[in-house]
Amino acid sequence: MNILAVQAFDVPHIAYGKLSPLLIVFGVAVVGVLVEAFAPRERRYLVQSLLAVGGLILALVAVIVVAGDMASNNDGASLGTIEAMGAIAVDGPSLFIWGTLLIFSTMSMLLFAERSLEGGITAFAGQASALPGTEAEREAATKGVEHTEVFPLAMFAIGGMMLFPAANDLLTMFVALEVLSLPLYLLCGLARRRRLISQEAAMKYFLLGAFSSAFFLYGVALVYGYAGSFELAEIDTAVSASVGSSGLLLTGMALLAVGLLFKVSAAPFHAWTPDVYQGAPTAVTAFMAACTKVAAFGALLRVFYVALGGARWDWQPLMWIVAALTMAIGSIIAITQTDIKRMLAYSSVAHAGFLITGFIGAQQGLSVAGQEISSLQAVLFYLVAYGFTTIGAFALVTVVRDAGGETTQLSRWAGLGKEAPVVAGVFALFLLALAGIPLTSGFTGKWAVFTSAWSGGAWPLVVVAVLMSAVAAFFYVRVIVVMFFSDPVGDGPTVAVPSILTTVAITIGAAMTLLLGVVPQPVFELARHAGEFIR
Amino acid sequence: MTGSETTIPWLTILALLPLLGAGAVLVTPSRTALPKLVALGVSLVVLVVSVVVALLFEVDGGFQFVERYTWIRTFGANYAVGLDGLGLVLVLLTTILTPVVILASWNDADTGRWSVNTFFAWMLVLEGLSIWVFCATDVFLFYVLFEATLIPIYFLIGGFGGARRSYAAVKFLLYSLAGGLLMLASVVGLYVVSADSASGPSYLLEDLMAADIGTSTGRWLFLGFFIAFAVKAPMWPVHTWLPDAASEATPGTSVLLVSVLDKIGTFAMMRFCLNIFPEASRWATPVVMTLAVISVIYGALLAIGQQDIRRLIAYTSISHFGFIVLGIFAMTSQSQAGAALYMFNHGLSTAALFLVTGFLISRRGSKLIDDYGGVEKVAPVLAGTFLLAGLSSLSLPGLSPFVSEFLVLAGTFTVSITAAVVATLGIVLAAVYILYMYQRTMTGPLRESTKNLPDLRPREIAALAPLLLLIVVLGFFPKPALDAVNPTVDRLLQEVGVSDPQPTVASDEEGASE
Repeated sequence: MNILAVQAFDVPHIAYGKLSPLLIVFGVAVVGVLVEAFAPRERRYLVQSLLAVGGLILALVAVIVVAGDMASNNDGASLGTIEAMGAIAVDGPSLFIWGTLLIFSTMSMLLFAERSLEGGITAFAGQASALPGTEAEREAATKGVEHTEVFPLAMFAIGGMMLFPAANDLLTMFVALEVLSLPLYLLCGLARRRRLISQEAAMKYFLLGAFSSAFFLYGVALVYGYAGSFELAEIDTAVSASVGSSGLLLTGMALLAVGLLFKVSAAPFHAWTPDVYQGAPTAVTAFMAACTKVAAFGALLRVFYVALGGARWDWQPLMWIVAALTMAIGSIIAITQTDIKRMLAYSSVAHAGFLITGFIGAQQGLSVAGQEISSLQAVLFYLVAYGFTTIGAFALVTVVRDAGGETTQLSRWAGLGKEAPVVAGVFALFLLALAGIPLTSGFTGKWAVFTSAWSGGAWPLVVVAVLMSAVAAFFYVRVIVVMFFSDPVGDGPTVAVPSILTTVAITIGAAMTLLLGVVPQPVFELARHAGEFIR
Repeated sequence: MTGSETTIPWLTILALLPLLGAGAVLVTPSRTALPKLVALGVSLVVLVVSVVVALLFEVDGGFQFVERYTWIRTFGANYAVGLDGLGLVLVLLTTILTPVVILASWNDADTGRWSVNTFFAWMLVLEGLSIWVFCATDVFLFYVLFEATLIPIYFLIGGFGGARRSYAAVKFLLYSLAGGLLMLASVVGLYVVSADSASGPSYLLEDLMAADIGTSTGRWLFLGFFIAFAVKAPMWPVHTWLPDAASEATPGTSVLLVSVLDKIGTFAMMRFCLNIFPEASRWATPVVMTLAVISVIYGALLAIGQQDIRRLIAYTSISHFGFIVLGIFAMTSQSQAGAALYMFNHGLSTAALFLVTGFLISRRGSKLIDDYGGVEKVAPVLAGTFLLAGLSSLSLPGLSPFVSEFLVLAGTFTVSITAAVVATLGIVLAAVYILYMYQRTMTGPLRESTKNLPDLRPREIAALAPLLLLIVVLGFFPKPALDAVNPTVDRLLQEVGVSDPQPTVASDEEGASE
């Protein structure tokens, strides 16, 4: 991978300890494939789900150990080292993101493993290869066939997500992008019910995702042409050394941005988001909404702060436009949505806009004095806050059902407040958090990114952001109105009783939404201790 | 800002009591009188505690009962509460009105969409949060609580009340959220300003008062705060949510909304706008005073034209809030003391008016003035209290609002004769809308529908009596209330850098303060 290696072959030195979280996740994924091949069918569900959750928790423990180790060797400046022959940066932000991803993934795996809602089987297609509406599909359904491959697939995706923001060179980053994307495309198409729309979602996601990957790769090539290296630090050196801007760099930067902005679902590359969020099995949607966003923002920040920080004046105007557009499109189009999942998808677009607003501030290093909040800290906190809320919200969508499975039509949620006050109340909490009402995590997160942007001089963007928050408040409140102040239509929705798995996921989401709204300081401290990216 | 040495966290107790009480109300069995009794009991305990606090309060002692802990260090946010004279007056208003409202709303929630428990629990939540807002001396804490008060009132309006309550609740919430989010932008801006200062980021009121805010920055940030408070207050032209909300909610909710919650707007103008942005406040004075005078006249004129009793009262409040804002921004010690006092007195008189008309409406089942007539013949006590409440609203001398309105106008006169003269027309119009309403509903021949209208019941009289008593007592003897607010006002004017114009050199003074 390293060019030097061509001249004299060095034995690669791998710090297994520091990379253990990654290795555990990938290892479990591989074991999962073996289990699929050799374990008897009736045992697979139990083995796979235990393996996935256990592996993620083990990896989380490994992250904590590595972080503790790193903190004890604190020399004051940036923490961390570059490992695997310059391919992976194990630094504070990487570890923070890994920890976040692992917690969100564990919650998502709980949703994946839920079996009570569909009458004893998972929400994934019994036999994905059987065409919808055919005899084969019915046969698979009556036999109660399950696709337990979803667990190893998700583990591969998680591994890719962890590698993505930690990659220290653009090629590793591209490989990670593919590793995280391919299993996700597949997972999107595996819904047990409404299979056509699910497969359509997978197809759209795949086509557009492949496009954006190609853009990213082209960008990598152009930046390589400019800087002569894939390594972020070397690119930074080249960017800082040059005077004036080069067409090669600008084009490369723009193409890299396209690839990354696609993944965070920023406008104008957001078009896949509503379709995919709606069509994918809701557990997968929750997983994607939280984890992909975390991973992609981690990578976005690393590329633009570390490698392209010197060209900040070139990319900031572009990002201003993207941020304003993303917030506006997400908030305004969400108003017209009549489907809860689509509405949450547009809300996720709007939130990507808020996150980019924080990212633009680019307050880091020396410009941040004392206790003042840095942009990285703000964005990391927002990701944590948003992830818990959004997983909780999607998990809640899975329990509101009618005869045809999940009922995501907004009009069918009328009167839920009377039917199931607790469920409606918790969903209202999530909505208020997404709207950014104080005493919820959404508010503290918003405050943090707005501050970051304003400190960086982007106050007009902050004004746009608060105006768009006001617009967004309208559609969140509308759902509350429907749930609490409207009378049920027909039979009204029923709330299925989920197993302990979904209940735990929802409870964690709700508890963290409240906690991060009232006592956010520990997470801010954690993000502050994570320090800045190393080069 | 050294306060008296207290080890008991009085203000936190005062704010938490109703919130805990709300929890207790929720778990009591519904379909009995128990939730109502618990709610009333809790609110009475809170009243007693607040009276104890008032007795311990030292006039002219600055902020007292101060508590301060670091809350979110990254934000520079503190849990900081303290009580000055202005805060004390408004806390007392809240704690007095809540038991009154609970008693008056005894049966209002029985037909609501949700259980009786939720109605009274939300009321107590609202009381607790309001008390907290009036005590907050940290801008971040204030903002959080300011927004948090929206949730209970939203559910109170949307869950219990008239046919279009859901529309009214959403309209109210969206107006408030839009204002609040503009304020959020300013709050964020304040952080950036204070983070650049030597002491690092801090949202403490005293730190922000000491911070050096540039002229143009200060003006922009001021606007964010002011618009939010103007929506809350509400001032023309951002008032349109109030008539809908006040007309659709139950009378009790309307009282809490107009008498307590809207005061947060005017209170915060004094506490935060003037203290943190003295230069910008002076800069904005001409525009704000113009808007305030427009509110006075506009509210009064629309009140005259209303058919719906509840909307009429809502418009009178817009007119009265105009007086309060006028008094604040005239920036004389008289007018500001008058404005501070008016917040309290308007709370009392509007509460009395909302409640007594609420009793009337509940008897006949109609909010339209034309459906009534000759009520004083069948229900003399109701008519009498209605008249007294109405007269207090039109500032009859001898009743407490008169003192405050007079102080506002007298103070305003020394800085702007035009504003004072036009605003005085508001008093004339007030006489028209109150007496015209009284004439059409209470006098004249009895209608078929009002023939058997029962008079006030003992419970209803018990709810109204304390209010009317206070209105009369403070009308003749406003000294205690004035003593409480005067030191606050003096310090505020010092901070803004304005002194009362001397009649002979008025123009020079004005030039010096520019």
